[in-house]
Formats: sequence, structure tokens, C-alpha cells
Amino acid sequence: MSDLKDLYQEVILDHNRNPRNCYIMDGASCTADGHNPLCGDIVKVYLRIENGIIEEISFQGQGCAICTASTSLMTESVQGKSVEEAQGLFDEFHQMLTGVAEEQGVALGKLHVFEGVREYPVRVKCATLAWHTLNAAMEEKKENVTTE
Amino acid sequence: MSVPAGTATTLNCETIRADFPALHQDVNGHPLVYLDNAATTQKPQAVIDAVRSFYEHDCSNVHRGVHALSQRATVAFESSRTSIKNFLGARDSREIVFTRSTTEAINLVAHSFVGPRLNPGDEVLITEMEHHSNIVPWQLLCDEKGASLRIVPMTDDAELILEEFEKMISERTRIVSVVHVSNALGTVNPVEEIIRLAHDKGVPVMVDGAQAVPHMKVDVEALDCDFYAFSSHKVYGPTGIGVLFGKRERLLKMKPYQGGGDMILSVSFERTTFNEPPHRFEAGTPNIEGAIGLAKALEYIDDLGIDAIQAHEQSLLEHATQAILEVPGVRLIGAPQHRAGALSFVMEDIHPHDIGTILDQEGVAVRAGHHCAQPVMQHFNLSATVRASFGLYNRVDEIDALVKGLHSVREVFG
Ligand SMILES: Cc1ncc(COP(=O)(O)O)c(C=O)c1O
Repeated sequence: MSDLKDLYQEVILDHNRNPRNCYIMDGASCTADGHNPLCGDIVKVYLRIENGIIEEISFQGQGCAICTASTSLMTESVQGKSVEEAQGLFDEFHQMLTGVAEEQGVALGKLHVFEGVREYPVRVKCATLAWHTLNAAMEEKKENVTTE
Repeated sequence: MSVPAGTATTLNCETIRADFPALHQDVNGHPLVYLDNAATTQKPQAVIDAVRSFYEHDCSNVHRGVHALSQRATVAFESSRTSIKNFLGARDSREIVFTRSTTEAINLVAHSFVGPRLNPGDEVLITEMEHHSNIVPWQLLCDEKGASLRIVPMTDDAELILEEFEKMISERTRIVSVVHVSNALGTVNPVEEIIRLAHDKGVPVMVDGAQAVPHMKVDVEALDCDFYAFSSHKVYGPTGIGVLFGKRERLLKMKPYQGGGDMILSVSFERTTFNEPPHRFEAGTPNIEGAIGLAKALEYIDDLGIDAIQAHEQSLLEHATQAILEVPGVRLIGAPQHRAGALSFVMEDIHPHDIGTILDQEGVAVRAGHHCAQPVMQHFNLSATVRASFGLYNRVDEIDALVKGLHSVREVFG
């Protein structure tokens, strides 16, 4: 059970139970839909970007605990950041999960709770779906994103 | 919770399990509990040996060599066809077509039988319980022909509504294609009655038997179905081979599926004469070792007796149904009168994918997802379920391991 606690950390369980910034945004400047066909996770990300800064971010969706918590924590960590900074965070987050980089980004902060996901390769997509979707929204891509 | 020894089954689980090498391993520090048999089954040593023996002794192409190895390969391949014919209770080996899978068998019928007979405004009738492989080929075909795909609904108990079915068969219906046993729900459908009702109106019937053949006696003559499909890998045989049974009078009137070698009698650039069924539908070098392995798997089932297997699995299902429901928050999906092979359930607001990961940590392999049956998920307003599916080698104590794992899920999620 101890390794399961690494995956399902208290912060993750908390954000799964009470996701933050989970609402439909009126007047969003861009949105994108993400879908993980393997487990049916779906997420919609709403952004209000002003002068290159993410002033407001919210989401709606349905997914497993990892997906929901990752989306919730993502909204908290990119709020108020510039688009470039958010993209940089995604890169670091991705590297942490796929274990490419030995050095862990310092900017990740709370997002480090997802480090345990690295041990569960099939679940990495659950944690990154929100970020792929955010990226698509920031790039104003209109098409759907999938993790496949 | 356990079933008293001796009452559950006449199968000897211990000797059976010794036949399946893959069952004897630890996963994440726990003995493997394999409850994903609806996805694919493990293979007995006899099947593995048959495939290996083909490569060690008889490896050669079929139907075209005069030399000894080719003759042996051809005899083995064609006698596999005969074994399958016997297993399914068909009249004639020429009614047995080798395909890659159930999926390909359905595509073959869509392309070669229904396609040429489907006109704009005609209808194809399937059900709400189908696997995607019995939906998408018909959708593609209906789109191409301007025909419409009609869906027989099911109840919240996960049973087909036969009165609706009766109303929906019309003079425009060109085929009824129905799943025998639902992979997502375990429901056993009354295919005999469906076939009779369809035939009363002169409509041919295809049955997707992928989840039925492993769990119950299937007799295509008694059913009187026009087509019946199943996959080897779900009945303890190798992957990459499946079977289409088709009534001889149907097959004789069908156009080829793919073009190539083996499916022709003679070829010139002006004209090709197609071979007789079943070869007409088997273009190119077939999956020889697959056919041999499948015949061996069916022999294995025959030796144990499909009735004994069914009784054993029914007692597992009954035990599992009770045991799982004792876990707080668990809800079974559907309550059909007849169930075979599989149980689908959800656990309050815990996502099936999380449940699957936690169970895997305890060595318990289940399937979490939509089971390639998204319309079923939509019916129950779910995105996914957890499915435990049983095979002839599963034991009651494995259900106890599943239940223990579900308690761990509760623990993690608090
Ligand atoms: C009811 C049913 N039909 C069809 C299929 C497709 O089988 P295959 O992938 O072997 O073609 C499956 C496999 O999951 C199934 O359960």
C-alpha cells in the first residue's frame, strides 16, 4: 500500500474531491477540449488571456482522480502567469512525469505531488491531458486534443 | 464467504491451472489474479505446444505444395477447420471461414453479403449492447449506401426489449446483427428467439459470438443463424485468428472479400474465376499456426466439457455478484436474468481507472474503461466501468482477492 500512497497523495485526493476553478467561464478568450480515449477522461479548459497573461482559468470535465486533480492543480499554478511561463511549466511537468530530466524543475512547486505517476506509465496521460488541453487553448487551436 | 468444496464444480481447478503457464507469476508482489478474460484468455500448454510443433516440424505453406511438409501443413490446417465445424455443430466444413478475428468476420459479412443487397432507404438492425466491432462496419456500410442503421433498445436491467425488436424488423431490414453475450454487461441475449422472429420476416441474422463461445454450448444448426462469428484468442487459442460460420447457401452467393492468392481458381488479365467457399473468402496465405492452435484450444474445452465449464463459471459469477455487493458503495451495472462471463460495476464517485490501478497493485487484473461499447456506457450515463470477467481456470479465492482489493480502494480514497 505504501507505493499507492505515493500515487494517491493527500493533495491529489483533496483536489479530486474538491476541484478548484471548476466552472464554465463566460467571456473566455479561448477554450479547448481534451479527451483521453483510453479511459474516457474529458476536460474542457477556459482561458481569459489579457496582454499575454492568463488572468483567469477554469475547467469542466470528467475523469479519474489523477486527471481531475492534475487539472485542478494546473489551473492554480498557471493563474497569473504569462503564456510563455505556462508553456515552460508544462515542459517541466512533462519531463518530471516521463523521467527524461534528472534535474527537477524548481518552478513546479505543488505539482511535485504528481511525481509518483512516473511509476505508472499508463497513467501519465491522465496527468498530462489537462496540460495538453491548456496548450491547445493557448495556441487557439480549435480542434479537439486527444492523448493518443 | 466461500462456496463449500465439491458443490461448485466438477472441474479440477488445480490440474487445470497447471496447464496455463502464464497464470503462475507474481504481479507487483502478489500472485496474479487474472480477471480480464473477456479481453483475452491465457493459453494452455497444449495450445502453445501445438503452435510450436507446427514451426518445429511442419512449417510450410498450405494448398499449394506437393512436398511432404506442405501436405502435412495442409492436412493440419484443413482438419482444424473440421474440428471447428464439429465444435459449432455445423453441417459442413465449407461453412467455416477463417478470418483474423470477430471484427474481420463482421466486416466480411457487411462487405460481401449485405453490401451488394443494401439499397438507399434499406435498414440494418443492431442493438444498443453491441461492441464497436458490430457497430462501425454497419455504420460505414449504411453511410456508403444511404441506408439506415437502427438500434434495438435495452432496459436498465441490461436486457434487450424484444417487443421493440419485433416492431423494428421491417420489409426494409436487410440484416439483423446481434451480440450473443455482451462483453460490457455479461447479458446473454435470447438469440434463438431473435433469429426465429427475424426469419419469420425473411431477414437473415448474424450473431457476434465472441463472448459466448468461451462460456456456453453454441450449436449453429440448432440456432439456425445465417452467420456466427468468434475470436480464437477469447477461447484460449492464439491471437490473430477468428472464425466466421456462414450457411452454405449464403456463402455460395457471396462475392469475395479480398482479392489475392488462394481465393481464385484461375486468373488471366481478362478474367478471374473465384474459388469456392470457404476459400473464396480467404485470400492470401492464412494464419496456419493460428488455425492449428485454435483447434487445439477447442479440443481442450471439449475434454473438460463445456457444460462443466459453464457450471463452474456460473458459480463464480454468483459468488462474485454477492461478494462484490458487500463492498460499500459498489453498484452492479445491469441485472439481466442470464449472465455469462462478465460483471460490470462502479464504485460511487471513484473512477474505474483509479480502481484498476489500485487492484493491479494487488496483482488483480481487471478491465477499466468503456469496453469498446460506448453506447452501453451512454445508456447508463457512465464514462466507464470496472469489469471482472471469468474463465475456466478462475477460483473462488480469486474473487476474494478482488474483494480485498476493492476494500483497499476504499481505504485509499477514504
Ligand atoms: C462482443 C464482442 N464482439 C467483438 C469483439 C471483437 O473481437 P476481436 O477484437 O477479437 O475482433 C469483442 C472483443 O472484445 C467482443 O467482446
